[in-house]
Amino acid sequence: MVRVIVDGIPVDVPAGSSALQACEAAGKEIPRFCFHERLSVAGNCRMCLVQVVRAPKPVASCGFPVAEGMQILTDTEVVRKARRAVMEFLLINHPLDCPICDQGGECDLQDQAYGYGSGISRYHEEKRAVTDKNLGPLVKTVMTRCIQCTRCVRFCTEVAGTPELGAVSRGENVEITTYVEKALTSELSGNLIDICPVGALTSKPGAFQARPWEMKKTDAIDVMDAVGTNIQIQARGGEVKRIVPRVNDDINEEWLSDKGRFSVDGLKRRRLDRPWVRVHGKLQAVSWQDAFVAIARRLNGVPGSRIGAIVGDLCEAESIMALRDLMLALGSPNLDCRQDGALYDTSSRSRYIFASGIAGIDEADALLVIGADPRHDAPVLNARIRKRYLAAGRSGFPIGVIGDVGADPTWACERLGDGPGALRDFVAGSHAFAEILKNAKKPMIIIGQEALAREDAADVQALCTQLAESVGAIAEGWNGLNVLHTAASRVAGLDLGFLPRPGGRSVRGMLSGGVDVLWLLGADEFPVHAIGPETFVIYQGHHGDAGAARADVILPGAAYTEKSGTWVNTEGRVQRGFQAVFPPGEAREDWRILRAVSEVLGHTLPYDTLEALRERLRLGNDAEAVQPDVPGGQSGLDARPFTSLTQGYYLTNPISRASPTMNECARVHAPHTAVAAE
Amino acid sequence: MSDVNREQPEHFEFDEISEAEITKILAKYPPERKASGSLPLLYVAQRQMGRQTGSAWVPVVAMDRIAERLEIAPIRVYEVATFYFMFNTKPIGRYHLQACTTTSCWLRGSDDVVTACKKATGIKHFGETSADGLFTLSEVECLGACANAPILQVDDDYYEDLDGPRTEALIEALRRGERPEPGPTIDRMGSAPEGGRKVLLETVHDASGSGQG
Repeated sequence: MVRVIVDGIPVDVPAGSSALQACEAAGKEIPRFCFHERLSVAGNCRMCLVQVVRAPKPVASCGFPVAEGMQILTDTEVVRKARRAVMEFLLINHPLDCPICDQGGECDLQDQAYGYGSGISRYHEEKRAVTDKNLGPLVKTVMTRCIQCTRCVRFCTEVAGTPELGAVSRGENVEITTYVEKALTSELSGNLIDICPVGALTSKPGAFQARPWEMKKTDAIDVMDAVGTNIQIQARGGEVKRIVPRVNDDINEEWLSDKGRFSVDGLKRRRLDRPWVRVHGKLQAVSWQDAFVAIARRLNGVPGSRIGAIVGDLCEAESIMALRDLMLALGSPNLDCRQDGALYDTSSRSRYIFASGIAGIDEADALLVIGADPRHDAPVLNARIRKRYLAAGRSGFPIGVIGDVGADPTWACERLGDGPGALRDFVAGSHAFAEILKNAKKPMIIIGQEALAREDAADVQALCTQLAESVGAIAEGWNGLNVLHTAASRVAGLDLGFLPRPGGRSVRGMLSGGVDVLWLLGADEFPVHAIGPETFVIYQGHHGDAGAARADVILPGAAYTEKSGTWVNTEGRVQRGFQAVFPPGEAREDWRILRAVSEVLGHTLPYDTLEALRERLRLGNDAEAVQPDVPGGQSGLDARPFTSLTQGYYLTNPISRASPTMNECARVHAPHTAVAAE
Repeated sequence: MSDVNREQPEHFEFDEISEAEITKILAKYPPERKASGSLPLLYVAQRQMGRQTGSAWVPVVAMDRIAERLEIAPIRVYEVATFYFMFNTKPIGRYHLQACTTTSCWLRGSDDVVTACKKATGIKHFGETSADGLFTLSEVECLGACANAPILQVDDDYYEDLDGPRTEALIEALRRGERPEPGPTIDRMGSAPEGGRKVLLETVHDASGSGQG
């Protein structure tokens, strides 16, 4: 630790800290544009000038290392004058278009101009104007507003791992651009909007929609992947306007994936806003009561073993719990929360979660990725892997891959094969990379859904466990055998034991007439067309997608922004999101629907409030009652390689499929057809 | 920047001469630091374009090839190429006339040189290419040859101590396909005095005994 004196306040900061960090430790606010805690230091905006005693001139505190006994002055006439001068230069070429700028109200330049701007301009020459760039469907540019802080360039290069933005030309002609006019390929590109301190990079889909001070802000959890990114839903007039990340260093740091941020416009399209019942092959709008009666009539006399329920990928724990209780009350053993047919080792909770935690990536010193594509399965988690990879320096964090991580996973890796065969050989043989894993102090293995949503998943998982034990990935104080989920509801479903009970059928068993009545709770990601023609389908969910199209009764539910709910992310972390807006039309929160149905069916669920349901959640984990999947070993390994389960990144759930923005992204980034940004 | 995608060739591959140069250049850098080869490789590409098409410039595809060769992101090469005005990112004429107009040259009559260039080539403004496609005129900052001001750099050669008429003569010679000897266009050797030596005319041993210079 180094002792520094900031404005007379002594503070101790770690050696190697910058003067800016020391000032922050002393509680002093230093204005800045180019400096960002999670990016490298550029030192080019000069706004963070402070005075260091015995230094001949003001220094840029962001790039100035502290020394023992250094005295820093942050609020002297010299500092104020210097910052005012910097601000005057920054404003020379900055347009005065705050009234029509989307950044207005949350703009660093605007805020700091109040403190250091002069109010009048002494500049009479021509201002510079810069052509706007097309960065694809998500990020809008107004490049004349750019102050060349290069945060975006550093974000793309360092965090996103897609170095496509750069500062070309020099001096007054510097421009931030991709140079060749292409859409940004990153799945984290929306974060550019957050880190841009001015209005140069703003949201394209959200342009001119709302002002930040008009928004009602609600904390919530992202459901587009299983990372459990902490988000803030910003709504105005009952409509979700935008979603931005909240800081949570253990999960998402301060990033949010593009799907989580820009699927917003899917929330008001293709919505189920009233109950429907199919009469003579045609869906008819009905009242809630009629829908319940239709269900009760159909269920009358059907044995529990002929009733099944499938939980979708976006559901919160409360509705899973309520549906589970309802199904068990009806005597059904046919429960499944694994639409993709994945098999998990449910013998112990740590075997089906990301056991080391996402922050554990920072500690790992070797990584083997099996059947996962972290960049597309969980972009924010992938940024963590890349951060670890960069922090370790040249080949300091060896990464091996069995499976398909695409052409550019954003980190260098050794490709060890593409399927279970390669995994078996790897476990059996003495591959050089196995030695690396063995010698690592904290080796990490990430198993993705591509390796688990297979017939031979049990054997694959057994091999992984064997490997983890042999290389020391499961040791005292370290569990590096991690499952990377892609469905936000999956771990909650597994925790709550929403799995086939003894004698029960899995998703596949329920298809092709395996059950007579099938309850889909937001389930659209399974072969809906394979449901037997005689099966009576009840779809409870929020979007008119594959499941609703096949349904005989549609019960309109609430999307994740419209209900207070508990989500469990891939690391098993239980988090709560709050209700930001009301569901549209007659749609209701899902647990209420289930509670209401249960009464009509004569199996009233024992909770009337969300609090009571949550109390039940706390007690209700009976995963032990479930028949264990693994270890199995009945089928033997399949030769098929681990292949991606989804078509691309952008359209993976009912909300994103309803979103025009996500469809546009999917079109622009369609594989193998290089569509240039127009 | 919207015209970046115009006039760009579809393909670029280094030819044998360039490959030989690249091998030599990359040998100078440790393998993990080969990004340092960006500048020399841009020159290699620009010269190759000059050889092959008569217009020494660096198209985007060439920069992409360089990025591949150096295992860096293409944007890093674009940044370097656009930063230095020595690299032409748009097609230029057969001869690149680079007139220095910084203080020394300006005081010694660079305005005459520029006027002569415009007159002889028909170019109206800096940055333009003559109608016959032979000449591109650029204004450049100090070329570091102030002792021989004013200077006109033609491609890689310095023509020094110019005035209006001599500049026109030079351009006419270039037009005829000649390459006049680079260096001073007046009677002087390098930056030695005009018309031969002016000082130290006696040999050293004539001044023997003085001992003090």
